[in-house]
Formats: sequence, structure tokens, C-alpha cells
Amino acid sequence: MSKFRKVVLTAALLAAAGFASAQSTAYPGVGRPATTKEVAAWDIDVRPDFKGLPAGSGSVAQGQDLWEAKCAHCHGVFGESNEVFSPLIGGTTNDDIKTGNVANLKRADFPGRTTIMKVATVSTLWDYINRAMPWTAPKSLKPDEVYAVTAYLLSLANVVPENFVLTDKNIAEVQKRMPNRNGMTTKHAMWAGKEFNGTAKPDTANVACMKDCIPEAKVASILPDYARNAHGNLAEQNRLVGQQHGANTAVPENKSAPVGAVAATPAAKPAAKVVDPALALLGKHNCTACHAQNTKVVGPSFNDIAKKYPGKADYLAGKIKAGGSGVWGPIPMPAQSAPEADIKTIANWLAAGAAK
Amino acid sequence: MKTPDGIQSGRVQKAPENFLDRNGISTVIAESKAGRRNFIRSAFAAAAAGAAAPMALAQGNPVPTEGGDPNILNLPEHATGLGQGVAANNGYGVPSKFESNVQRRQSPGLTQTTQASVSFAPLQSLFGIVTPSGLHFERHHQGWWDIDPSKHRFMINGMVKTPKVFTMDEIMRLPSVSRFHFIECGANTAVEWGNVAVPTVQYTHGMVSCSEFTGVPLITLLQIAGADLKNGKFVLAEGGDGSSMTRTIPMSLILSGEVLVAYGQNGEMLRPENGYPLRLIVPGIQGVSWVKYLRRIEVGDMPYAAKDEAVHYMDLMPDGQHRQYTNIQECKSVVTTPSGGQVLLDKGFYNITGLAWSGRGKIQKVDVSVDGGRNWRQARLETPVLSKALTRFNIDWVWDGKPAIIQSRATDDTGFVQPTYKHLRAARGTRSIYHNNAIQSWLVQENGEVKNVQVS
Repeated sequence: MSKFRKVVLTAALLAAAGFASAQSTAYPGVGRPATTKEVAAWDIDVRPDFKGLPAGSGSVAQGQDLWEAKCAHCHGVFGESNEVFSPLIGGTTNDDIKTGNVANLKRADFPGRTTIMKVATVSTLWDYINRAMPWTAPKSLKPDEVYAVTAYLLSLANVVPENFVLTDKNIAEVQKRMPNRNGMTTKHAMWAGKEFNGTAKPDTANVACMKDCIPEAKVASILPDYARNAHGNLAEQNRLVGQQHGANTAVPENKSAPVGAVAATPAAKPAAKVVDPALALLGKHNCTACHAQNTKVVGPSFNDIAKKYPGKADYLAGKIKAGGSGVWGPIPMPAQSAPEADIKTIANWLAAGAAK
Repeated sequence: MKTPDGIQSGRVQKAPENFLDRNGISTVIAESKAGRRNFIRSAFAAAAAGAAAPMALAQGNPVPTEGGDPNILNLPEHATGLGQGVAANNGYGVPSKFESNVQRRQSPGLTQTTQASVSFAPLQSLFGIVTPSGLHFERHHQGWWDIDPSKHRFMINGMVKTPKVFTMDEIMRLPSVSRFHFIECGANTAVEWGNVAVPTVQYTHGMVSCSEFTGVPLITLLQIAGADLKNGKFVLAEGGDGSSMTRTIPMSLILSGEVLVAYGQNGEMLRPENGYPLRLIVPGIQGVSWVKYLRRIEVGDMPYAAKDEAVHYMDLMPDGQHRQYTNIQECKSVVTTPSGGQVLLDKGFYNITGLAWSGRGKIQKVDVSVDGGRNWRQARLETPVLSKALTRFNIDWVWDGKPAIIQSRATDDTGFVQPTYKHLRAARGTRSIYHNNAIQSWLVQENGEVKNVQVS
């Protein structure tokens, strides 16, 4: 070991013991001090003790306007929609606000879990809305807007009243009304460290028995026959050669077929077709955040649009540019600012049948 | 090798009498005369389709009546012509066109968007322990990006003497290490908590992958910034993409030197879908902590309750409490072949193969049962056997053609034994979504088709 390496190692050991003084000299020329401006631009996290929370305020009413314009198309007007993402609001009661434990979480028969049923910390909502919402334009909300949207969400669950103004000064009081604030435990063995004083022993203790371990095993759960092909033809999801081949699930299973007969030897897929350039643009301009090929997501499917407006490329281009609502349902499509040529390509593709 | 009566070792099985009907035989003879390649396959297919009473379809390698396999007797084009030149495909090789079935795939109906979604690695088709980078499972929260590495910056702040910024050039100058580790999504196998829900190992277990990662121990970078390693018990990792994913990382794990700030994956740079140009490697810990497009590390003295540790990635217990900050992926294994959706082509010898891993260390042993967990035999562990990496196991098996239920059970070097569903449900109920490491069962039916099952 060279003398230099020894110095580095000694320094590293010192640092590990908490003496960090000489470390910046260990790797001269690597890294530079961050400026205050740089740290301010990136250090946006808000902790449960509200460290990092910028000053500001926003009312439930302001939040409702923002919500309907920027959030409702994915989450529903009342945060209740499960069409795109899991519902945010629902399942909590005024009693939960008193106890800090959401009673419905104990019920095995309660369908689904909303965000407000689970989240214990109001800082989490503020932090996440601030850093990652709206989905297609994250970090575009100003602090006061984040306060407003958070206030609106909380009002939907009766955590704050309808005339409430959420601020950095009163958010700690709001924390005391979070419905599931007492619903978390760190008493488990699944945190890789001792920081939480969890349990040392895992919660299962199987033994590696080798012989006559259980009575004869019985099948307790199996996919129903109708679901055999639900993930597509499994023959096409296995290698063409090997000790096993994929099952040809495109045809119903013959349970009494001789060994191996339910396998298929499918031909290798033909080389990829020439892809319409519109398909790449759909991703580039985030169209696929709200539209899918075959199924309604937020907006109608591409296939449905193509069916309704065959040959009407100009009309579709206009609709994409201007946005609109009412044709396919109440949720508005915002006006799109993609380049003219891209919009035309997409409109032509739709008008020609939206072939994938 | 000793085999049950009437079974030949190997997959070669003699075609039964009358396997080909009269038309089939004349086709074979005619096409043999014409020297057509692959004639035997189409003739067999015709025989299978046309048979009123289905006969065994010999998938082995029988000698055709005229005394030789046309694939041997008739030299193919690739043996008699000139092949292709170097540096094809713009200088980056791609898999054979015959491998196009081997893809990462979405599970239909699991998510409504492709940007907040998952694709599963095709474990049933992989060998060894390394996941080819293009088949590595994907989990994106807000879409993936291909970020210009010359513009990517990495910042350390919080409880440090001097907040620091680094360019990729600088990070890549530092002493690097290369280590094999598995990454598993905390929700891998989640859909199976209550009952069987998906058909193949790709969908039950395909949110695990294993790569050789290259990067710099995070502790080195923290030392450069003069981090308070004594009071700074929790570290926040943050991504630079739209979701700006955040997760709390235990300082104790960072002090061990295991946590890496990585740019390399299987000899090349990280793939964009896996966080190019920089991601965090947190061995043994669920994938959501391996923050992609890593832009910032903050040293702090309390946990952060980020969205993915305060809304998701928490384990609901039957009493209504959520276990928060559950990050270890406990010991787990799965047989990848034979597995659901596959078909055993006939009776005889098979190599049962699979993968085992533990977030607490090395795999010590893997046992395999073919009778649904009543009796077990110890499998061979193939090298390398590495800490917090996938470990490949193999065991010989001769199938007698009767229904069989195949399971694997891993033990890690802490002595922890992979649980059954019974154990897991007794401890956690069926609604905890994450960290399902139960023993997997595959039912081999008499027709050779393998089904995903759970046993009582």
C-alpha cells in the first residue's frame, strides 16, 4: 500500500468515527462547494417536523379552482376517482380525526385504501404535491398554490373546514387532525439498521424440514380456466427451444391431451413493422398520459377517436390545439402547445385509423 | 442414471406406432425425396391436428424412417454460404431474431398508464444470475428519461460541513467498486398475497433483477462533504426526474460501505430506464430506495416520511396499523423452470432450476420439493454465491408423468428460512401488499402444462 493510500485510508477511518475535518483534501480536485442559490434550487424536501417548508398560504376555495383546472382530470373533482390512479379521498370519518386511527383499515372487507386513509403526515402531502404534481408538469405549482391544493384535499376529508386558509403557521395544528396520524409502527425487523429500535427477530420462523414435513399437499388456489390466456398467448412468451416450451393458451386447454401436446412451437415473430412517427409523438407530448390505444383513460381511446372522425385530420388538429370538453364527457382536455407539424402528424394518424 | 420403468433418460422418446397417418407418411416420403427442410415438423403437426384420438406427440428427436434427420442430411444455408460482416446493427449487437419471445412485459390491467407502471423481467428464459440490461425489470413513477450526462449534477447537503456539487466527470474519477447485487421491487409477488392471480413466473416474480453495478461508495462522497456521520442518522436520496423520488436511507447501511452511487451496469453505463447516468444502489433493500437519476443526497437526523414511505410501500397489518419504513427484502426463492405457462414436452429427465436471494446476506442453501412441500432435497448452488445477489440453483429430476407440485425453499446465512404462505399470512394477514417472499408452488399436470398454484 502506497503512502498516499494510507493517508486516505486513515482519513476515511477518522471520518467514519465522526471526525470529518480533513476529508475534502483526500480527493483534491473532485467536487466543489455548492452555492446557496444552488442548494435553494434543489433542496425542496419538507420533513414531518416541517423543516424545509417555505412560508406561504392558500385557501380551500383557491385550491378548488386549481384542483378543477389541473388535478381533477386524473383524480376526479373530489379526489375520489380510481380511473387513472388510486383514490385520494374517502374512507375516513370524523371519529378517525379524533382518534388518529382510521377504523376502516381494520376491516378486511373494506374495498381499497385511499391516500387519506393511509397517510399519517401532512408534510408528505405538501412535499409530494410540490415536487411531483401535476403529473405532466411537475414542480410547476408555486408554494401558495401547493398550500391551496393541500387545503382543498384536506377539506374533502373534513380535516379542515371549507373556509380554511392553510399556512406555514397553522400546518402543525392541522397535523393533529390527520385521520391516520397514529396508524404507523416501526416495531418490525425489516428496517436495515437500528435507528428505529425495531424488533431484531423476523416475524416468520419456518424450519428447513426435509422429510414427511406435511400431510399430502392439496391445491388451494389456481387460476380459473378462463384466465389462462388473460396475459396473452404464453407460447409467445417463452423461448422457442429449451427443456420446456410455452403453453399455447390461444386455444382452450385439453386436460387429457398427451404429454407435451399443449405446447406450441410458434414461429419467431416477424421483424418489427415500420412504426408510424405519430406513435413516438404521442409519448413525446404526453398524450398517453390521458389517452390509450384501446381503452378510455382520462380521455377517449385513440381507436374511438379514429372511429368517430375518419378522414377529418384538420378538425382533429384544431381540437388538439384548442382543447375542449363535452364531446366525450365532462373532463376537459387542455389546449396543447406541441409544434404545429407534430399536431398535424398525430391528427393525420388518427384520421387514418390510428393503426398501431 | 436410474429412471422409473418405461422412461428413457433424456427427452428422446420413440414415436408411437401409427403416429403418422397414411397421408402423413406419404408426405414424409414425398418431402424427403424433394429434400425439403423441416418437412418432418409440418407432417407431425398435421398428424396431431388430424388425429381423431390424440396420440403422443413426440417432441424428442426420433430418427425419421428414411434413416436421418434432414437438419443433418441436408446442409443448411448457413453451412454453405457466406455469413454477415462485423459491426452490424450500428455497432451494437442485438439478440438473435429467434429470441424475440424473450421480452419484458406489462401485466395487463395492472396500471392505467405506461409512465406510472411496471414491466416484468422474463425470469423463465434467463440463465445464471445476471439479468441482461435490456430485460431488467422497470418501475417508473412518472416516466423515464434519457438524461445528458454532461449536464447531470449530484449534490450533497444537509448536515455536512460544506454542501458539495459534483459533475459526472468528477464522480467517475473517484475510486470505484463493482459488485453484483439483486434489486427487487417491494411489491414483487404482491398480487399473490390472497390467492393465485397471474399465470407465469414473469408476472409473479419478474420484479427482481441482478446486475454488476459499478460506482463510488456513498460514504466516500459524504466524507468529501464532511458529513456529520454521528448525528446524521438518516439520509434522503432524491431523483432528478419529474417524480423526484425521495426515500430515507439508514446511515448504518451507508457506513458499511455497501451503498453505492453507481453509473455502471453490466459493463456499460446504466440504461436510461434504470436511471442513466446515476442511481443509488442500496443492496438488500427494496428497489424503490435505489433512486434513479440521482441528483441529491441530504444528511439529516430524522426520517423523511416521503410519499413512497408514508402512502405507499408500507405493510398493512390485520390490526389496522401500517408497518412503516420496511425496507429489507427478506430471503426468497423461486423455481424459474419448470414454471407456470410452460409445458414439459415428455416424461424423463429435467433440470429444475431457479433463483434465490436474501436482503440480509448470502444464500446458504436451497431445498426443492416435487411433492408440494412434503419431502425436500437439497439443490446445487452454482457459483458465484454472493451477498445480496441472485444465486442460481439446480437439481436433477426425473418426471414420471404424474402430477407434481414443485417448490423451492431458501435459507440465508442468518439461518432465516423462506416462509410458506401459511407462515406469512399468520404473521401479516393478506392485505399487506409488499414483501411477499412466500414459497412458490408450480403444479405440473399430466398433460405437461405447468400451472401457478398455492397449496393448503
